[in-house]
Amino acid sequence: MSFLPYALAAWLFFVGLYGIVTSRHFVHLVICLGVTQSSTYVLLLAIGYRTGKKAPIFTSGVPVKVGAVDPVVQALTLTDIVVGVTVAALLLALVIEIWKRAGTVDPDELRRNRT
Amino acid sequence: MTLVPLVVAVPLLAAAVLAAFGHFAPSRLDNAVAIAVTAAVTVISTVLVFRSSDETIHYWFGGWRPRSGIAIGISFSVDPLVASIAALVGALATAALIVSWDYFAERVPPYFHVLVLVFVGAMVGFVLSSDLFNMFVFFELMSVPAYALTGYRIEQQSALQGAINFAVVNSIGAFMLLTGIGLLYGRTGALNLAQIGQVLSRGPADGLVIVAFTLICAGFLTKAGAIPFHFWLSDAYAVAPAPVCILFAGVMSDLGVHGVGRVYWDAFSGVFARHAAAVTGVFVAVGLATALFGALLAFVQAGLKRMLAFIVISHVGVFLAAIGLLDALGLAGATLLVVADGFAKGAVFCAVASLARRTGHTDELAAHGLGRQLPVTRVLFAVGGVALAVLPPLAILGGHAWLRATFVVTSALTGAAVLRAGARIFLGFGPKRDPLLVAPPRGEEAEVPPTPRAGALLWTPGVLLLAAGLAVAFAPGLAQRAADQAARAVDRPALAAETLHGVPAPPREAGGLSPVRYAYGAAAGLLAVSLAALGLYRRRIPGLVERPLDCLKLLHDGVVGDYVAWLTAGTAVLGVLFAFLLRDGP
Repeated sequence: MSFLPYALAAWLFFVGLYGIVTSRHFVHLVICLGVTQSSTYVLLLAIGYRTGKKAPIFTSGVPVKVGAVDPVVQALTLTDIVVGVTVAALLLALVIEIWKRAGTVDPDELRRNRT
Repeated sequence: MTLVPLVVAVPLLAAAVLAAFGHFAPSRLDNAVAIAVTAAVTVISTVLVFRSSDETIHYWFGGWRPRSGIAIGISFSVDPLVASIAALVGALATAALIVSWDYFAERVPPYFHVLVLVFVGAMVGFVLSSDLFNMFVFFELMSVPAYALTGYRIEQQSALQGAINFAVVNSIGAFMLLTGIGLLYGRTGALNLAQIGQVLSRGPADGLVIVAFTLICAGFLTKAGAIPFHFWLSDAYAVAPAPVCILFAGVMSDLGVHGVGRVYWDAFSGVFARHAAAVTGVFVAVGLATALFGALLAFVQAGLKRMLAFIVISHVGVFLAAIGLLDALGLAGATLLVVADGFAKGAVFCAVASLARRTGHTDELAAHGLGRQLPVTRVLFAVGGVALAVLPPLAILGGHAWLRATFVVTSALTGAAVLRAGARIFLGFGPKRDPLLVAPPRGEEAEVPPTPRAGALLWTPGVLLLAAGLAVAFAPGLAQRAADQAARAVDRPALAAETLHGVPAPPREAGGLSPVRYAYGAAAGLLAVSLAALGLYRRRIPGLVERPLDCLKLLHDGVVGDYVAWLTAGTAVLGVLFAFLLRDGP
């Protein structure tokens, strides 16, 4: 199997982290968090992928001939996506409130307000 | 009919019902329903402690039991150690909801109770799960309500900032955890911890196993607040409403340590068997650093909630080191004292809630002498402070004398911080100014308007929690029984055979415990009182501590990007250490 998906997962993880560490805008930061999370989707799907196998959809009466890719990791990915959406929604709601109270969404700007 | 799934299902279902119909009922009724549910969780978990004392209960959802040694379903594994943590969760939640009855001045919206119930159900599910992905799901499910509860005071900028920092840092920890789980699944084809352990123990400790172990540890240690993954913790705990802090400080952080222990023993103890000393070295080193750092920073805080947040960090270090000793005594000590210390921390937070409601302050210097009118809260705070010094050293049932002595000093510092603050607030001792202490950031402490009438509902749960904590810590014979149970939990092959093949694991007996640990506890208590007096009446700060302390304070700047950089660096260091120490030769 190709190592490309794994390299892509690693790259997504680190590019997302870089974005979060250097972010100057909370919305940008939340999107970067999403990028970091995408790496887990890619990794999970790559782990379960089998070259030449079909999607894991089975119906009664149809014999399984060629086998299927691993449905467990797909279920994990779905769960992961649900979690990601929830966290993103909550974070963006908090960011809007920060904007209302502080008039800025720059983490560094907020530090100056703090002390 | 088994009780096991109820402890998770009941709070989650009740949360759904409250979310749907809570708006139509008075807030008090919602709260009463939530209290009834968390009390039920406490009772059922306590029953499970006794039911599982002879053999571990393995509950397979939907009846999908393992076939010929392959786990196809998802399981909860309940032994008295994890069931006692579940009971702690339930008891603290009950206390938190009772405190919230009188604590909030405004009408409490139904979503507050919904969030607490989801939080409770997820934490209980997390401790009972013996399936790695299930642990991840509950890890996330307990995180999201926690973020929301942190930001409950949505009108406060610092609360919003604390919630964002919490959410971002913990989400990254969760991604690391998930990546580690994915790698393990790719290697072993299993998500059940026992089965992962069986497959891994047949192979070498190679790069993939080490990377997976590093990422899983980093994920759990982020939740636990070990150094350098802890930065979000003091920001979040300082701004969450005091009733919520009872749950956060009492048990949430310790669950991260529990996760490390469970995953190590069930999945990795076989493959790393030859390198157990190296794993111990890393965990004890991280634990020591965390305990010391947390204790020092706790001692210089003026804000009570921030002080308690650093105390949580310090105690997490002690428990991590206890588990890191990698024997049955360490696991038993960590679990038993997580429960006892969790009760004590919850009790102190009840006292803080009572103080805040009555005086409107939780800042030691601002509240100087204001607590004189609160007799019960005063006693609760003082006894709680002594308990915070005495309890953690009791967790270290083995290990070198110097290790235990160090934890005596760090625990004494944490207790001393509480006692000093208590002496200032409730007795009016000491000066009103102190150049050593860090004032909390502006706007962080003012939380609820003061009322002349502070209800007994604020301190009664605290008194009960503290009594429960001291009972767990000092009940004769309980530590020995915990050690015997832990001896079964650390026997991975027998436990795996029991989980996967239904072969009952034999009862085990740990060695006898020496009562010398009480001497360490007593030493910590005495040292705490002296350090508190020193904190009140010393003339000046030694220059030797002043400069490093200033640097440490500067690191906690509230900028989430910096925190994530520390998290990344910490994971990298952990990975490099493990790669050097744990790898099997070619």
